[in-house]
Amino acid sequence: MHDMSVHAGQHHAPPTSFIRKHVFSLDHKVIGKQYYALALVAAFIGMFLSWLMRIHLAWNNAAIPGLQLLSKTGAPGGVMTPEYYLQLMTMHGTIMVFFVLTTAPFAAFGNYFLPIQVGAEDMPFPRFNMMSFWVTFTAFLVLMSSFFLGDGPTLGGWTQYAPLNAVGSVAGPGQGLGVVLWMASIALFCVGQLLGSLNFITTTLDLRVKGLSLMRLPLSAWAWFITSCMGLTAFAVLMPACILAILDHVAGTSFFVASNLVINDQIQPHSGGSTLLWQHLFWFFGHPEVYIAIVPGMGIVSHVLLANMRKQMLSQRTLIYSMGALALLSYMVYGHHMFVSGMNPYSSLAFSFPTLVITIPSTIVVLIWTFSLYGSRLRINSASLFALGFISMFVSGGVSGFFLAQPSIDIMLHATYFVVGHFHLVMGVAAMFGIFAGTYFWFPKMTGRMMNETLGKAHFWLSFVGAYCIFMPFHYLGMAGNVRRYASFVDDYLQPLIPVHRFITVAALCTGAAQLIFLYNLIHSRFRGEAAADNPWEATSLEWSTATPPPFDNFGGKHPVVYHDPYQYGVQSSVGDYVMQASPEQVKSDNEEK
Amino acid sequence: MAKFFAVTIIVIAILSAIPILRHTWVAPEDISTHGALIDEQMSETMAEAGISFLAAQFVLAIFIWKFSNPGPDAKLKNFPGGAKGLVIAAILVVGVEVMALGIFGVKAWANVYLTPPSADALPIQVQAGQFAYYFRYAGADGKFGATHPEMINEGTQNIFGLDPEHDVDARDDIIAAEMAIPVNKEVHLLMHTKDVGHSFYVRELRVQQDFVPGLDVSLHFTATKVGKYEIVCTQLCGLGHYNMKAYLEVMSQPDFDNWLKQQAGQ
Repeated sequence: MHDMSVHAGQHHAPPTSFIRKHVFSLDHKVIGKQYYALALVAAFIGMFLSWLMRIHLAWNNAAIPGLQLLSKTGAPGGVMTPEYYLQLMTMHGTIMVFFVLTTAPFAAFGNYFLPIQVGAEDMPFPRFNMMSFWVTFTAFLVLMSSFFLGDGPTLGGWTQYAPLNAVGSVAGPGQGLGVVLWMASIALFCVGQLLGSLNFITTTLDLRVKGLSLMRLPLSAWAWFITSCMGLTAFAVLMPACILAILDHVAGTSFFVASNLVINDQIQPHSGGSTLLWQHLFWFFGHPEVYIAIVPGMGIVSHVLLANMRKQMLSQRTLIYSMGALALLSYMVYGHHMFVSGMNPYSSLAFSFPTLVITIPSTIVVLIWTFSLYGSRLRINSASLFALGFISMFVSGGVSGFFLAQPSIDIMLHATYFVVGHFHLVMGVAAMFGIFAGTYFWFPKMTGRMMNETLGKAHFWLSFVGAYCIFMPFHYLGMAGNVRRYASFVDDYLQPLIPVHRFITVAALCTGAAQLIFLYNLIHSRFRGEAAADNPWEATSLEWSTATPPPFDNFGGKHPVVYHDPYQYGVQSSVGDYVMQASPEQVKSDNEEK
Repeated sequence: MAKFFAVTIIVIAILSAIPILRHTWVAPEDISTHGALIDEQMSETMAEAGISFLAAQFVLAIFIWKFSNPGPDAKLKNFPGGAKGLVIAAILVVGVEVMALGIFGVKAWANVYLTPPSADALPIQVQAGQFAYYFRYAGADGKFGATHPEMINEGTQNIFGLDPEHDVDARDDIIAAEMAIPVNKEVHLLMHTKDVGHSFYVRELRVQQDFVPGLDVSLHFTATKVGKYEIVCTQLCGLGHYNMKAYLEVMSQPDFDNWLKQQAGQ
C-alpha cells in the first residue's frame, strides 16, 4: 500500500494527436474501451457463426441464402459442407473463448476500472498495456484472415487436438496454413494477455492509494487480480505449446506427432512425438481458462449486487478466499478433460477428486451471494437482473459438473452435448451475464450517459429465458448419447433427437436476435442516452468518487485517500445509506475492513 | 418485476427437471456386465445434482421475491448464522456428499479400466482411420500377425499392413468392417489408430475410449444382450467425423462361430 504521489512510474502526458488519443493510446481507459469494442465485434461474429451452425444442424440440407458468398467451396449453393461446418465451429469456439470471454470481463473492464478502483492514474507499464491490446487485435486479424484461405480455416475445434493439428493439409481442409494461422493467432493472444496480466498484478500490488489495504479492494478488483495471476501462468504454457505446433508444421519437428502414422496410404514424415503431450499442455491452460472467463464475472456480479442490495455480503473475505481457492484448484483438475483420452486410468482418479473438491468453493460463493440477499433492500434494474441471472446460470451450469468430475460417468457423457450444455451455461452464458451486468452498471461512468432501462430489461428477459431454452436441452441430448462436433446426425440412433435440435435452433435464433436490442441500446445510449450523474447508483468504490466520465488522469490531479472498505452500505451518513470509500466521514458500521 | 422474475426462475427450474423425472431422454438400455454400476452412479449423481439445483434456484427466487424493492421502513438484516454457517454447510453437506459420490464411483471406473481382462477373453484388434473402423480376429492359430505401417494400402485392401507372405501368424487373420462378438463372453479390445485421434463409443455397452496415435490402448467388456448396435467416433478426426461409424453385432456363440467362418472364407 503506497501513496500514489510517490509513484510516478505510471504517469504519462495527455496525448494531443487523434492517433495517440484514440488509436495508439497509453490511457488504460481507452485501452479498456478498445478491448470492449473488440469483444463486441468478436461476440457478434461468433454468434453469427453459431446461427449458421444451428440452422445447418436442424435442417441439414437447407440452403442458407448468401452463405455461398462466404465460401464457394464450403457452402456450394448455400448448403454447408461437413468440413465447412467444422471450420465454422472451430472459429466460433476460438472467437468466443479467447476474444470474448477473456477479453471482455477481464481485459476490457479490468483495464478500465482496476486502476481507478485502486486510485491510480494509470497502470505501471502503459506501453506494455497498449502493446497488449494491439497484439491481441493483431491476433484477432490473423485468426480472421484464415477465412480467406483457399481451403478455409482449421477444422480441428478450439482444442486443436494433436496430431490433427500437426500433420498438415493431408489431414483435411484447413489443416495446413489454417492451423498455422490459428496457432500464430493464439500465441500472439497469449503474449497480449501476459503483458496485460503483468500490468494487472503490478497495478494491484504497487499502485494502491493510501488507506487501501488489500482487504479494502473491491471484489471486482480482487477478481481481476486473481485472474491475472492465473493468466500469467496459464497463457505462459499455451504460448510455447502453440509455437511447438507451428514448428511441427514448418520446421519438420515432431513434438505432437507419433511415429508411423499413415494418412492416404503414406507414412507421415514424423517420428517420436506424443499426441497426449498436446492435451496435457492445452488443458493445463484450458481449465484455468474456464476460471479466467468466469472469475472476473464473479467479481463484477458481487460488485453490482452489493450496490443494489444496499448491504454488505455476509463475508467479503470468504468470497475472496473462495475465488482464490478456485484459481488454485483449477491447475489441479485439468485432467478431467482427459478421462478417456488414453492417459493412465489411475491419473483419472487423481484428477477426479480435486475436481470434486472444487464444488466446495463454488458452493460457498453461491451460498454467500444468495444468502446475502436475505434481509437486503434489493433494487431491480438491468444490471442487478443480469447479476442475479448470473447466479442462476452459474448454479445450472455448475451442477452438471458433478457428473463430469467423475470418470465413471464421463464414460457416457464425454464428448456429448451434455458437455456442450455444461460449459456453455457455466463459462459462456454466466460469463456473458457478468459482462452485461458490468456494462449496464459501468456504462454511465464510461460514457457519461445512462443506458435505456426498458430496453435493458427486455434484453434481460429474452436472454434469460432464451439461454435456458438453448442450453438446458443440450444436457438432455447428451444424456441420450448425442455426440458433439457432428456436422449432421446420420446415425440411426440420433434421428429421433432432431426435433430437440430444431427447438434449440429456433431458441438460438430468437435469443441471438435479442442481442441486437443490446447493441442498439449500447450505440443509441452512447450518443442519445440521458446524461449520467457522477454516482448514479449511489455506490461506494473509488470509480464513483471521480467525474463521469473520468478525466485523463482519473482523479483530476487529486490523490484520493481511502477511509473505508469498499462496500459500506446500510449505514447512516450525510449522503444517505452509504459512505464512499474516499469519504473521511465516520459512520457506525458493524463490520469494517481495516 | 422482481416477483415475476422469482416465478420465472421457479418455472424454469421445474420445467428443466420434468424431462429428467419422466426419463424423456435417457441413455439406451445397458447391455454390459459393468454398466449397471455406471447407471447407478449416474442416478445417484442426478439425485444430488437435481436437489442442489432445485434448492439453489428456489432459495434464490424466494429471496428475490421477498427482499426486492421493500418499503421505506424495511430494516436491513443478515441471515442468521452468517457466513460461517454457510461455509460449514457447504463443506459438510455438499462437499461430503460429492466426495462420497466420487469414492463410490471408483468401483464403476475400476471395473472398466483398473482390472485386467481375463485370460480367456476374446482378443479383437480394432484399427481406426479417417473415417472407418476395421476389426481383426486372430484366426485359428490364436495369434495376430505383425503389422507394418509402410505396407498399409487401402487400394489393395491391406488395411492393417500385414505381410502374410513372410509372416505365418498373419495368414489366418480375419479382417472385417463390422464387429461381431459372442454374447456373455468377455472381449479384449486392442485399439490402434493408423492416422489421427479417434474414439470408440458404444452407448449401450457403456464404453468410450479414445484411440491414441502411437499407443496401443486396451479395453475390455462383456455384452449381455444379442442385437445390433452402433459404434461411433467421438474424437474430432476430420471432415468425415460425423459419419465415422461401424456396427457391433452381439450374437449367440454358435452364430458367432458361423460368422467367423464366413469371414474367414471371404
